[in-house]
Order: sequence, then C-alpha cells, then structure tokens
Amino acid sequence: MEILSFLIDGIFLALEPTNLILIVIGVTVGLFIGAMPGLGSVNGVAILLPITFLVPPASAIIFLAAIYYGAMYGGAISSVTLGIPGASTAVATTFDGRPLALQGRASLALVTAALASFVGGTVANIFFTLFAPVLASAALSFGPPEIFALMLLAFATFVGLSGDDVPKTIFSICLGLVLATVGFDTISGAPRLVLFEIDGFLRGIGFIVLAIGVYGIGEMLWTIEQTRGEVTTTNPKMTVKGMASDAKEAVQRGWKGTWIGSFIGFFVGILPAAGATPGSLMSYGVAKMLSRNPEEYGRGSPDGVAAPEAANNSASTGSMLPMLTLGIPGSPTTAILLGGMVIWGLVPGPRLFVDETEFVWGLIGSFYISNIAALVINLAFIPLFIWMLRMPFTILAPLIFVLSIIGGFAASRSMHDLWLIVIFGLAAFFLRKFDYPLAPAVLAIVLGPIAEPTLRQSLLLSSGDPMIFFNRPIAGPITVVAIILILLPALKYLRRKKPVAKG
Amino acid sequence: MRQGEISLAGLLALFSIYLMWKATELPIGYISGRGPGGGFWPFWLSLAMLLSCVAIAFNWWRGKTPASRSDEPFMDSFGWLTLLNVGGGVVAFVALISVVSMYGAIALFLLYYLRFLGRHSWPLTLAISILLPIGLFFFFEAVMLISMPQGMAFTQPFFDVMYDIIY
Repeated sequence: MEILSFLIDGIFLALEPTNLILIVIGVTVGLFIGAMPGLGSVNGVAILLPITFLVPPASAIIFLAAIYYGAMYGGAISSVTLGIPGASTAVATTFDGRPLALQGRASLALVTAALASFVGGTVANIFFTLFAPVLASAALSFGPPEIFALMLLAFATFVGLSGDDVPKTIFSICLGLVLATVGFDTISGAPRLVLFEIDGFLRGIGFIVLAIGVYGIGEMLWTIEQTRGEVTTTNPKMTVKGMASDAKEAVQRGWKGTWIGSFIGFFVGILPAAGATPGSLMSYGVAKMLSRNPEEYGRGSPDGVAAPEAANNSASTGSMLPMLTLGIPGSPTTAILLGGMVIWGLVPGPRLFVDETEFVWGLIGSFYISNIAALVINLAFIPLFIWMLRMPFTILAPLIFVLSIIGGFAASRSMHDLWLIVIFGLAAFFLRKFDYPLAPAVLAIVLGPIAEPTLRQSLLLSSGDPMIFFNRPIAGPITVVAIILILLPALKYLRRKKPVAKG
Repeated sequence: MRQGEISLAGLLALFSIYLMWKATELPIGYISGRGPGGGFWPFWLSLAMLLSCVAIAFNWWRGKTPASRSDEPFMDSFGWLTLLNVGGGVVAFVALISVVSMYGAIALFLLYYLRFLGRHSWPLTLAISILLPIGLFFFFEAVMLISMPQGMAFTQPFFDVMYDIIY
C-alpha cells in the first residue's frame, strides 16, 4: 500500500502543468530525433541536458526520460518507413517492419510498433514500481560469465532460427565482431587491427557507420537494382477507419510477440551491461521459436514487429533500474542521465529511494504518463510518416541517401567514417546479391564490445578454463541453450537426411 | 552468378587471412595472470570467418545455394549502369563535401538525382534541392548544434549569411 501511495503522489507530480508540458515536448522531440537515421535517444538527451538546468531536478529528469521514451518509439519509424534502423535497438524491427511497408502495410507495422511499445513500457513500469530494489540486487549476481553466456545466446538465436545459409550467417556474425575490435584493445590499451595502417581506424568502427552503410546505402542500391528503379509500396492508404482496423489486427496478430518482448526485454534491460539491443533480438528469436507459423517471420509478421518493439521499450525502463538503485548505467543514454543527476546534486544508489523519495517517485510516475503521451503522440503522427512513403521512389531514394550521409556525419563527425559508410554500402550490395545476411553483422558490432571483455574477464577468473561457462548456476543453462540453438541447423539436417538414407 | 559466388568467397577468405595476420600483432594466446591477449578474440573470430568461407565454397561445389546453380550473369548492363549512376552519384556526393560543404554537396546530389535520374521537372527539382539543404542547416546547426563540414573557403559568405540568421 505504501508503494501505491508513493506512486499516486509521483503521478500527480508528473501531471503538474510544467512537468506535463515538458513530457509532451520531450516525447515529441524524442520521437523525431529517434526517427532520424543516425540520431538516437543518446543524442537527444545529451544535447538537451544543459536546458534542464533551468528547471528543478525532478522536472529535469522527467523531461529527459520523456525524450528517452519518445526516441524509443521513434526508432521503429525509420526501421519501417526507410528500412534503416535509427538505433541498434530497432535493428530487429526492420526484419518484419520493412516487408510489411513494402506490402503497403506500413500503417499496420507502425500501429503494431506503437501498441507493443506501450504494453512493453507499461509492463516494465509495473515491474519497476513493485520490485525495483529486489531486482537490482538480483541483476548484480550477473557476472562476466553470465553476461557472455547471454551474448552467446543472442548470436545463437540468429544461427539456429534464421532460415538463411548457416555458413554465411556465421561469417556475418564473426565479421561484425571483428569489426567491433578495430581501434584499441580496451584491456591493454594497445592499438589493434588498424586496417591498412590508416589512422582513422584508431577511432574504431561505430555501429551507426555499419548500419547506415548496410541499410541506408547497400540495401537501397540493391532495391533500386532489383526493381529497376520502379519500387512499389502498393500505395499505402491512411484513414481513421483503416487505423482502427490496423489496431485491431495488431492486437490479434501481435499480442504474443508483445508479451514475450515485454517480459524478456525488461529482464535483459536491467542487467547492467546488456540493455535493449540484445533484449529486442532475443525477444524476436523467442517469439519466432514459439510461433505456430515461424515461416511468416521475416516476411511481414506483426508478431515480428511487436516482439522487438515491446522489448526495447520495456528494456529502456528496465535499464533505468540499475542506474537509480545502484548507480550503474545500462546504456549510453542512462549514463548521461546519471551524469545529469550527479550535476543536480543527487547521489544514485540504494539510498536514493529513501533520501529523495519525491524525486524517485516523480520519475516513476512520469514513466507512466510519458508512456501514454508517447502512444498518443506517436499514433497522431503515423499519417505523416505514411505520407512519406507515398512519395515517388525517385524522390524518396535521394532523400534516404542524403539523410544517411548527413546522419552518419552527425553521429561520427568524421569524413573517414563517411567514406567507410560508402565502402560498407557498396560491399553490402555485393554481399546481399549473394544472400549473405547482414543484420547479424550489424548486431554483432553492437554486442561485440560487451562480449569480448566479458569473455576475457571470465577466462581470467577461471585461469583459462572454459568450463566456467558451464558450471555456474545461471551461466550454465544459458550456455547449454545457446549451444543447442547453434547445433539446431545440423540436427535438422540430420533428421531430414535419415529417412532418405533408410529409403 | 556461379562464378561470382566462388570469387566473392575467395575474396572474403583472403580478407579473413589478412585480419588473422593483423590480429597477431597482439598476443593471441593466454597470458598467465593477465588472461587472453589483445589479439585472441579477433584472431579466432577471423579463423572462424575463414572456415565459414571454406564451408561456403563446399556448399558451392555441391550446388546447395541458388547462386551456385545459376548460369545467369551476375548483373546485366542495366544493373551495372544503375550501380554506376546511383552508386557513383553517392561517391561523388561524399567527395564533394570537402569542396562545396555538406549542404552544397546535398544540393548538387539532389539536383543530379531528381533531374537526371528521376526525370522530375525543373521547378520541383530546384525547390527540393534548395529548400532541403536550408532546412537541414537550421535543424543541425541551430537546433542540434552540430557543425557540418564547410568545404573550401569560397563557401564562407554563404555560411556568414546563414549564421547571421541563427545568431
């Protein structure tokens, strides 16, 4: 009951006129920043951080959390309409969101994404409200072996569940992981893999550079070449009645993915090093695995949009948990929020819930209000995003190229990275022609910087014994499931071959 | 397509070997008391890439992939021309950024694409090519506070006028 009364106070605080206006502005700004390829919640929060010094700390963090929420909703928009994931958390949304858009069902994809995000955010809010301190300490029991096992599971879902060519999928994952190691060895500090001795590689290769190259340039070139420049998105239509029927269809065909994403997303999100990207990927994999029609995935399944979208929203709320209760940021955005809190004179950690009750519950209350505001604002803007798709492709294509290049520069501020985007784009075009799946490479470059240090720390802990991944109570089962998933294609192959051998 | 698939696998195998060799610049084994060396992770992953290329070649030899069974050319003349026009346009766009600034390069790229590849009318082409870079200027420079490359000195008068509007 005490929690309920704190929560009601928090919601009333979030509904104060100043805070409500900040929520609406924050969500709208976040939505558009998130929808822009190359810009994500981290850019929005970082750029607008100085503005928050004009208002009290509780209002400031409410504003920043609203931007965070808006950007999480916005990430799906560029994944669906442009086929470019605006942020790593929205990569899995392109798998089914883009095919739906190409079938003229962009509205269904966007409505599904919005509703799934709302449910994901709500489930996470309820978990957050009820179990924050308990879950935070449970998450701490995840050491390097457990986190590495989780990363292994994320990659295994790709190998085991993708219908693609297995050696090409493995190649793609390894390529992404190797590209993530370019720059400096984070443990010894020594320069590593400075390709062709070009100094620009000392800065490493960012996720956004590969993602924009692959999706913004490579995929576009491939589409133009395949369709001879006559891309049809089967005339997307947008009416209030149509949106209502899309909402109904989204609920009917996307509910399973939504629930899977909401739960998995939250629990992966609260792990200090993991975050929303592995959460959304795993949710997609699990939703596909549990589906009665797994063959629909990748061809425009509403469940395939709902699972990652529910997960990334749920995980963003989840990642606030270790930040507030332990002072450990789970993502770059929460790291900036943490920095803001320190500047405002607050000390994140277990005492925060006791010492700054009004602040904490105001923030939690704002999660609920931001979530509702984000749903309403997102649904209101869907016609605008659909209108973009009705543009002739000979106008849309150059706009996508322009947004890719300018967005790529905004994210990296380096001409070296712009040239890399072009090179990755051309390389992706040729790889795509020969059916190399490229999404695993894009996700691997995001997860690589988490996977490598945790593997090395684990092996250091065990003096080089790989059994550390098997004989710990949490890491062991996860590793075993990952290995079974990796071996799944081989098992399927043997099962198919057996009757033939008998016959 | 058949020839193309094995050639690409060969190129990727060579790239994997190059990465393995580069990874050996740092220790690739286990260092007592310090754990795996800095080259450990990229070296074994590059080896896995190489082995994947061998598996891809094996599948090609068995005719397991659609490309390995196809006698069609990799791309016809229309495909190559499209790649040259569109891909070449993007390369020229990025090359021009250091000369005529980001916004100038955007305007030229849009002009080229909309008028010569898209065959849109001059009024529409000019409207988009002029208004979009200006809109992007205000979004990035004024709202997001991100400075884009300004090209060579001759573009400065344009930026002076635009910054006067912002500040």
